[in-house]
Amino acid sequence: METYDIVIIGGGPAGLAAAVSARQNGMDRIVILDRNPELGGILNQCIHNGFGLHTFQEELTGPEYAGRFIKLVKEAGIEYRLNTMVTDVTPEKVVEATNREDGLFQIQAKAVILAMGCRERARGALNIPGYRPAGIYSAGTAQRFINMEGCMPGREVVILGSGDIGLIMARRMTLEGARVKLVAELMPYSGGLNRNIVQCLDDYGIPLKLRHTIIEIKGKERVEGIVLAEVDNNGKPIPGTEESCSCDTILLSVGLIPENEISRKMGIEMNPVTSGPKVNESFETNIEGVFACGNVLHVHDLVDFVSEEAAIAGKNAAIFVKEENAEKTAGQIIRLNPSEGIKYIVPETIDITRMGEKLTLRFRVDNVYKDSYISVYFDEERILHRKTRIAVPGQMEKISLSNAQISPYPDLKTITVKVERE
Amino acid sequence: MYDIIIIGGGVSGAAIARELSRYKAEICLVEKEEDVCSGTSKANSAIIHAGYDAVPGTLKAKLNVRGNEMMEELAKDLDFPFKRNGSLVLCRNEEDMPALQMLLERGTENGVKGLRILNKAEVLTMEPNAADNIHAALYAPTGGIVCPFELNIALAESAYMNGVAFRFQTEVQDIKKTPDGFALYTNQGKLETKCVVNAAGVYADKIHNMVSEKKLHIVPRAGEYCLMDKGTGSHVSRTIFTLPGKFGKGILVTPTIHGNLLIGPTAVDIEDKEGTNTTREGLRQVMEKAAVSVKNLPVSQIITSFAGLRAHAAQDDFIIGEAEDAEGFIDCAGIESPGLTSCPAIGEMTAELLRNKMGLEEKDNFISTRKGILKPARLSREDRIALIKEKPAYGNIICRCEMISEGEIIDAVTRPLGAKSIDGIKRRTRAGMGRCQSGFCLPGTMEILSREGKLDILDIGKSGKGSQLLTGRNKDVL
Repeated sequence: METYDIVIIGGGPAGLAAAVSARQNGMDRIVILDRNPELGGILNQCIHNGFGLHTFQEELTGPEYAGRFIKLVKEAGIEYRLNTMVTDVTPEKVVEATNREDGLFQIQAKAVILAMGCRERARGALNIPGYRPAGIYSAGTAQRFINMEGCMPGREVVILGSGDIGLIMARRMTLEGARVKLVAELMPYSGGLNRNIVQCLDDYGIPLKLRHTIIEIKGKERVEGIVLAEVDNNGKPIPGTEESCSCDTILLSVGLIPENEISRKMGIEMNPVTSGPKVNESFETNIEGVFACGNVLHVHDLVDFVSEEAAIAGKNAAIFVKEENAEKTAGQIIRLNPSEGIKYIVPETIDITRMGEKLTLRFRVDNVYKDSYISVYFDEERILHRKTRIAVPGQMEKISLSNAQISPYPDLKTITVKVERE
Repeated sequence: MYDIIIIGGGVSGAAIARELSRYKAEICLVEKEEDVCSGTSKANSAIIHAGYDAVPGTLKAKLNVRGNEMMEELAKDLDFPFKRNGSLVLCRNEEDMPALQMLLERGTENGVKGLRILNKAEVLTMEPNAADNIHAALYAPTGGIVCPFELNIALAESAYMNGVAFRFQTEVQDIKKTPDGFALYTNQGKLETKCVVNAAGVYADKIHNMVSEKKLHIVPRAGEYCLMDKGTGSHVSRTIFTLPGKFGKGILVTPTIHGNLLIGPTAVDIEDKEGTNTTREGLRQVMEKAAVSVKNLPVSQIITSFAGLRAHAAQDDFIIGEAEDAEGFIDCAGIESPGLTSCPAIGEMTAELLRNKMGLEEKDNFISTRKGILKPARLSREDRIALIKEKPAYGNIICRCEMISEGEIIDAVTRPLGAKSIDGIKRRTRAGMGRCQSGFCLPGTMEILSREGKLDILDIGKSGKGSQLLTGRNKDVL
């Protein structure tokens, strides 16, 4: 069986950044396995700009952003295998994969980095009644057709859900000659970034209908229209508010789900809120030497943060391999507690001896909060009280904690984050 | 001039075609859609019923039990997946025990083997997720599950290999008696034949009424279902029924042969013979009623919902035989549940009828077996490695949810009666049938279909005419 120090599953932004970082931290034997014909993952079909403002202080397109990291990977001579599907990973870190050239093969890894990304929620998950005609696509599939294949999936479009990909596709389809009639969002707020609402909808006069959903799909062979309705506070359609709208295409942008089928099969503990693995400060899962980063861990809003997080995972995977035969020491484990108004926090635990100088906590709020405070408690003591003008679920929040802040609390058990009105 | 034309490429038509292909005769199957398995046969519970439901003495009873008996060998011969997982009919209280007892007696009279009544503790040991408030259950070890697509396609391919001609997108619009038999007027022209088999599903009345004054009426009885992701199929091991009511066997909960969990169907009589739309109310009912018999259903893992139409006849039994006033016109109508189970027996019975009528002679070169699409996932590691070495396309995974390789999709497109649409590929290989519902693999699958099937990418349909997936090239209307 082939052996590698680190096998990275997925060559998107997370996998690339993890690989580069692991190499910088002294790892020689790294291989990236990716199912696509090129590195870069989903960034390759994201030809709009807006990437890299944090990482490179300039505005890049998706392929350009990916290109920067691909260049680093190639310069570092990191191995990668494309068109390669990982079929299984055992808890002993035997990675099984298949492709045309190598057939079905296995690699024994010392450490594994999960960087498989996420997939879009499909129509079935929403149980929208009606026929099952052609013309219903997830926004990402439509993006792929237009940006990679040069083909139009439709002419008259209704978009359900206001996730970022849906917003981007509203603009994209308009520019390619389609008529985007409206974007319907079940919630009273959009799940996407504000800048995308302005630049992709407002600038093109595309209405965003908050508190609305599709209650019926018309057409047997091809979509012919939809029935739209307003919803109440519980998301239930309000009788009498139905309106019909003709269209030949419905795009769904109703959420992203981390792709953790392999992780679950190998016995990795999952966080039911993020649908990603539970990780510690090193981005290590409950299986020693198996790390997770990027959208497989939790769905990010900006790729820059994926790269940042993946670099830490790559570094820690390298440390894990280097410490292979060393005595492992563990410090006190501090638990992170997402409290009022906070959906989740990544990571879930901190070992202060392993957190380094500084650690970034990433989290999302569960609703729209205006003029509120994000507070951090060390057990009962509030140590941070940060005013926020507006916090929305579509935008990831972060808090940086330094080792110096935590070390004066040797008995610290729980760090709680919550939203407070005052 | 054909000897026999079979109208309809569902499980009944395909099973009849296969059985008739044992004989020396010119046979043609016509289907209005672009593929076999496009109507009732593609959207049902995928259950091989044991046979305790039907009233003794009816065709339903007889053909159900016979079909169930035949299924195992047929699955081996034709290489489609079938499993006897057993079934349970749950009874919730003491008052309903006579009804359960009656099912047991019916089943025994119908010739169903191994039926017995289990007490609550026995049921919960067998099915820990069965509802806690059950009282008893009827256990039928011969109940089974099957892949209805593969069953239907296997039967059709076998018939085709044995010389039956297939005409797709051929809709019978009228039938006239001729001195030698019948003339079928279709959207593709006139076809002449000595005998006709009417296996037209929900349209069997329309076809029948073209030649007979003894009118038939088939009511489409819609049933809605929800399907959950792979892996949820272990939530129950057996098919869980509740006591049957007036409209059928009620909402069931069952694992599918591929490891999904399926719940449904509702039962609503409708007018529209194409009314395969799901409804808000229907889906609500499915989830509500399924939760009555099985607890902790993983409804958050629903990946799709669908509706199918049962071809219900007022007689409440299968109608198989020569129309009274149209000699040579054989009806095979009212094939609702347990039609899927009965299809091998329906084929046998109908072929026997025509053999006697027409004095058909057996061929000596009938091929009884058929190989399905090669599934690398079912091979041993060594065999799979060898396969990919020889045919690298089997190493290239296209559908990540179901782990379907390019090799399987090529096979589905290029084999006899191959797939011509995305749904055709889906039903043959399962590509696109998983949790992402073809979100990722659709462009790849279309590319292979375009290449192997020599179709322009813009002409590729989800399921035939009018269902094209793409509307043009970028900027072509600007």
